[in-house]
Amino acid sequence: MASHADFKDRQFLAVIGDELVPGLSTDVDQDSVTGLLLAGIGHVTTGSDAQKNFLIVDNKTETAAIESAFDRFTERKDIGIVLINQHVADKIRHRVDTYTAAFPTVLEIPSKDHPYDPEKDSVLRRVRRLFGE
Amino acid sequence: MSGAADREPVFPTRQSLGIMKAKLKGAETGHSLLKRKSEALTKRFREITKRIDEAKRKMGRVMQIAAFSLAEVTYAVGGDIGYQVQESAKSARFRIRTKQDNVSGVLLPAYESYLTEGNNDFGLTGLGKGGQQVQRARETYARAVEALVELASLQTAFVILDEVIKVVNRRVNAIEHVIIPRTENTIKYINSELDELDREEFYRLKKVANKKQRDVAAQDAEMKARREKQAAEKGAAAAAADDKTVSSADLLAAEDDDDVIF
Repeated sequence: MASHADFKDRQFLAVIGDELVPGLSTDVDQDSVTGLLLAGIGHVTTGSDAQKNFLIVDNKTETAAIESAFDRFTERKDIGIVLINQHVADKIRHRVDTYTAAFPTVLEIPSKDHPYDPEKDSVLRRVRRLFGE
Repeated sequence: MSGAADREPVFPTRQSLGIMKAKLKGAETGHSLLKRKSEALTKRFREITKRIDEAKRKMGRVMQIAAFSLAEVTYAVGGDIGYQVQESAKSARFRIRTKQDNVSGVLLPAYESYLTEGNNDFGLTGLGKGGQQVQRARETYARAVEALVELASLQTAFVILDEVIKVVNRRVNAIEHVIIPRTENTIKYINSELDELDREEFYRLKKVANKKQRDVAAQDAEMKARREKQAAEKGAAAAAADDKTVSSADLLAAEDDDDVIF
């Protein structure tokens, strides 16, 4: 079971989110990462192998890159919560669905272009299944 | 060891009967305790699932408001600040720490957000114009992240509780459907074997008693026969010695008659 040592060092949030999507008609583009970074969750580790705790996904980003970022964030010991845009999570849905560890918590967040759909959320689906719906 | 009944490999003795009875008692106590634990956890679990459902919906709204405030920033600044923000992000101002919550022996972590003082990576963002909007967007997003953190702790608790409840229920079922019936079977088996032994012993004792009785009867009969025989022999001997006794009686009688005088 989760011991205290398992999560006491986790103090950061990580983000996998979308950058503005070029070609979209509106001139106000949504990017959750910028907003969340503005709130002050961005962190770059010092040292030679500087690691960012956020990944910007646009429509040129390979799915493999998202996957590897997801793996990297979930394996890091100092990250407590991984925020991931729902439509990004959809691209690596199998990965998110099979991720069952308690730490770090993977949280699917909505973005304005892609409204939140409770049906797709892996945790909410489990909730629903438990209530027998 | 025969029998389709599932039972533990023990010798049917009184000692193992005692052990099995203690074990059954322990299993029943454990079962009721675990059942109660499972119920307490399930209650908590249901609360959490309800709150998750609410929090997820709330998150949708909060994120929308936050996104709107960011749109305001983009409008006010007159351009995209994304790259600037990404490049100036160095050290997290918004951090989380974990504390623990104990529910029937299960440690549930809860995240708590806090702001580290004195570092501001975005001091220059919106310096030209739109500083106010940037500030507002930061605040809105900070609130949104707080909501997200709360949701994350609920979700973590959900995942952990889910796992723990499964384990506890598995244990409850194992005790209820495997351990208790098996122990009961073992007790039944030991009891029947002991009864069997008792009956055997009783039968043996009865046999022994019978045999003894018969022996005694035979001995008695023999003794009686011998005695009778002896008596008969004595009778015959007495008859044979009858004359002698008479003469001797005479002799004895005659003793009185003549006094011997010296």
